[in-house]
Amino acid sequence: MKDLFWHLVGISTGLKILLIPAYHSTDFEVHRNWLAITHSLPLNRWYVEATSEWTLDYPPLFAYFEWLLSQVARYVDPRMLEVSNLGYESKATVYFQRLSVIVTDLVYVLGVRSCLGALGLARDSQQHFAGAMLLLLNVGLIFVDHIHFQYNGFLFGILLLSIGYLIRQRFLWSAFAFAVLLNFKHIFLYMAPAFGVYLLRFYCLEQASVAGMASAMIKLLAVGLSPFAVAFGPFVKQLPEVLARLFPFKRGLTHAYWAPNFWALYNAADKVAASLMRVPGGATSSGLVQEVKHSVLPTITPPMTFILTLVFMLPILVKLFRSSKKQSPLVFLRSVILCSCSSFVFGWHVHEKAILLVLIPLCLLTLVNREDARYSYILAIAGYFSLFPLLFDPDLFIPRYSLYMSYVAMLYGQLYRIFPGFRGFHVWEWLYMLGFLVIPLYEHLLSFVLGLDKRLPFLPLLLTSVYAGLGVLYFFGGYYLYALGLNGGNKAAGGTASVKRKRKTK
Amino acid sequence: MKSELLAAAFLGLAVRSIISLYSYSGFNTPPMYGDYEAQRHWQEVTVNLDTGEWYTNSSNNDLMYWGLDYPPLTAYHSYIVGKLGKAINPRFVELHKSRGYQSPEHKRFMRSTVVAADILVYLPALLAVCLCLDKSFQGDDKLFLFMLTVVYPGQILIDNGHFQYNNISLGLAAAAVAAILRGRLYIASFFFTLALNYKQMELYHSLPFFAFLLGECVNQERFGAFVARLSRIGAIVLATFAILWSPWLGSLPRALGVLQRLFPVARGVFEDKVANVWCAINVVWKLKKHLLNDQMALVCIGCTLIAALPTNIALFRRRTQLGFLLALFNTSLAFFLFSFQVHEKTILLAALPALFLLKWWPNEMLLFLEVSVFSMLPLLARDKLLLPALVSTVTFHLLFKCLRPEHSHMRNISNIVMIIIVAASLLIPAPARFPDLWPLIISVISCGHFVLFFVWGNCQHFVFKS
Repeated sequence: MKDLFWHLVGISTGLKILLIPAYHSTDFEVHRNWLAITHSLPLNRWYVEATSEWTLDYPPLFAYFEWLLSQVARYVDPRMLEVSNLGYESKATVYFQRLSVIVTDLVYVLGVRSCLGALGLARDSQQHFAGAMLLLLNVGLIFVDHIHFQYNGFLFGILLLSIGYLIRQRFLWSAFAFAVLLNFKHIFLYMAPAFGVYLLRFYCLEQASVAGMASAMIKLLAVGLSPFAVAFGPFVKQLPEVLARLFPFKRGLTHAYWAPNFWALYNAADKVAASLMRVPGGATSSGLVQEVKHSVLPTITPPMTFILTLVFMLPILVKLFRSSKKQSPLVFLRSVILCSCSSFVFGWHVHEKAILLVLIPLCLLTLVNREDARYSYILAIAGYFSLFPLLFDPDLFIPRYSLYMSYVAMLYGQLYRIFPGFRGFHVWEWLYMLGFLVIPLYEHLLSFVLGLDKRLPFLPLLLTSVYAGLGVLYFFGGYYLYALGLNGGNKAAGGTASVKRKRKTK
Repeated sequence: MKSELLAAAFLGLAVRSIISLYSYSGFNTPPMYGDYEAQRHWQEVTVNLDTGEWYTNSSNNDLMYWGLDYPPLTAYHSYIVGKLGKAINPRFVELHKSRGYQSPEHKRFMRSTVVAADILVYLPALLAVCLCLDKSFQGDDKLFLFMLTVVYPGQILIDNGHFQYNNISLGLAAAAVAAILRGRLYIASFFFTLALNYKQMELYHSLPFFAFLLGECVNQERFGAFVARLSRIGAIVLATFAILWSPWLGSLPRALGVLQRLFPVARGVFEDKVANVWCAINVVWKLKKHLLNDQMALVCIGCTLIAALPTNIALFRRRTQLGFLLALFNTSLAFFLFSFQVHEKTILLAALPALFLLKWWPNEMLLFLEVSVFSMLPLLARDKLLLPALVSTVTFHLLFKCLRPEHSHMRNISNIVMIIIVAASLLIPAPARFPDLWPLIISVISCGHFVLFFVWGNCQHFVFKS
């Protein structure tokens, strides 16, 4: 097999260009507004400007990145750079912004290349090809970046570069890349504990002498903190304003559309309980970002979610800390995934898009280990499906289902190519995965036949997040036990099923 | 393996639905609009008028405005789609008042009817052919073939972009091809009759079917078996025709009227620049000055038959899978190059067998398929589909390279020429004296390729025969 990496890069770029005229969400306007803010206003106004409701709420490096883009945008269509020009979307603006995502994806391409190399996959192997396909043509990124509109591609590129450096044991580079990443988008804090523990254990504490440890620690801190200094330095006098923008805890426990996590099930349980006990109200799913008061179950506060998240991160971090050097890259990748997944499952105001923080690193493990691949397939089915509500425009119905089906079917084929004699799935796992067919069937057909489309317009969304949430929790529980070595990787079913039940009754 | 075939099918569907997001022929261009309006207008006519009036000029059916000029199966299809549209929004197909109707909702409806035809007819038929060509369940040949056939950009750009339903006629023809490959002659004749009744352009494929079926009949050892087989095939074809044409068979003038609609000799030998021999000759020797329209039509028929004869005689005498596909390819190219009233889009009829021939000559057929898209570029550019056309063709090329990573120099020269022409046509505006300069260059270059392919295909057929 030849090295087909660059062919796949070309194919994915072609697909992305074809998607340029597709529907884009308000995130398109968000980023246009940021272009305008960073271009037209002095630095000290960036984080206080509020003409548009889509205020700048990413860390400063991203703002600098927008400023850099605006230097090009000037020559394309200067009108998109006016702060007051709300909702402006000329053809030139659309092409410019869409192409900027496609071009910056080059960083992602490099990240993928670097990571696949770091994993030791030969360039002409089936694994390398599969990895390139899963990552370069990742349907989640296509949905979120190239249809919905965001710049996740190059951010994940930096993440993959950082992971690649770490596996290659170039620890300072890894720390630097990850620190830069945090200053682009702070959601990557989800996986920061894994990086922290790994670098502490296998870089600092691995040194022979105490002096060596101290100097390693100092180097690590210097490298890790310098991006923060560069990013936040100019805003040092406005730190409270900036931080308030970055961490808006005024938002509710769940997003307007419930991300498929523990709280989606919690809200649903509250609703069911409320209607059973005839308590008025119940958790809202009306599509507004607001604080939710639960009517039966106890109301959740930010500190509670924070503690739950940390508690669930601990076991895998301990395991990482105690793992042997030889095993450590594999355990590290699993801890990255499980830390992200803990944050996703228990975090405060989690977006459905955040599932990508789990899904993309998981693509790497899919290539190297059969059992990891099995779990990742289940999460892929649920996780990518849960992104559908982002693409609600009727013109996108066929594209979204067909891209999704094509991706998961191809992934399935690749599993059998990489792992000859792949064990496949248990009956109930199959049933769960096939159950996803019912949701579109209900959304596009049954709801109209039954006349429920007007009375319960949000039911398809609710079904999506609750049903996908079950899969996410099943993955989380099962994969966690597997990663800790508690179910030995074989006959995983019994253990994971009980975990799932335990979570549900919590 | 099966899951990868499924993935390929959904990839094809994804590309189709994404191309659907783009503009279509005649968007916002009154008074005549384009093929999109033609299809909508046919729905309007068929839903509101009696069957007998569909092809007849009247105060309710102005044939000068996109009059129905495809065979009855198209009309029935328009009727069904029109009924559906009427159920969604009666304004889609209101008689007279709906002319030029366009809205996002309507576009979505029209686009999804094309995709529905892809799902119901075209993609299954392609899968059937691929399965018949490669019966083994091992090996990647099937996947390679199916993947490339479903994402071939030419058909997608015309059907899901420009707006037509070639997928139905091509799909029916492909189903007939699959039946021939499996030796199911009766099914093949049924499907091919349907294809012919959807678009008269399927005549391009008719000679090889005829030669193959006749050859299979003559091949019988006993005279009785010959007669039985021939009469059964004849009965299937005639019965299918009779059923489809029944509303017009009552009176001879009526049936002739429909025929006249299907074969409009008066429209001239070609309309736009098209990559065939007549258009190329016309560059140096103005045909219309020297020949009358009727004479021209006779010359065309003569040349086409002479060009198509050798390959069909070879097929008649020796019937194999490859020979049949080669004959289809050669005959449809002969029709495209020499027949009367050729459209740029009809190259899709030659592209269909070319897709299946990818199994034997991947590199050559890839070039042919790329030239076929190249030859349609002026048409696609008019519909504002140039960007998706170029991007999807390059992507198609890369996909091919992914599945068959080999190298060939012959192709590179042609590819470079095409790239240079495309780049030049974008960068250098045509001089005012020759506004059609670039379309003309594109069609002449494509024509050169097609002639070479025609010669090559015939050579292959005879080399392969001996």
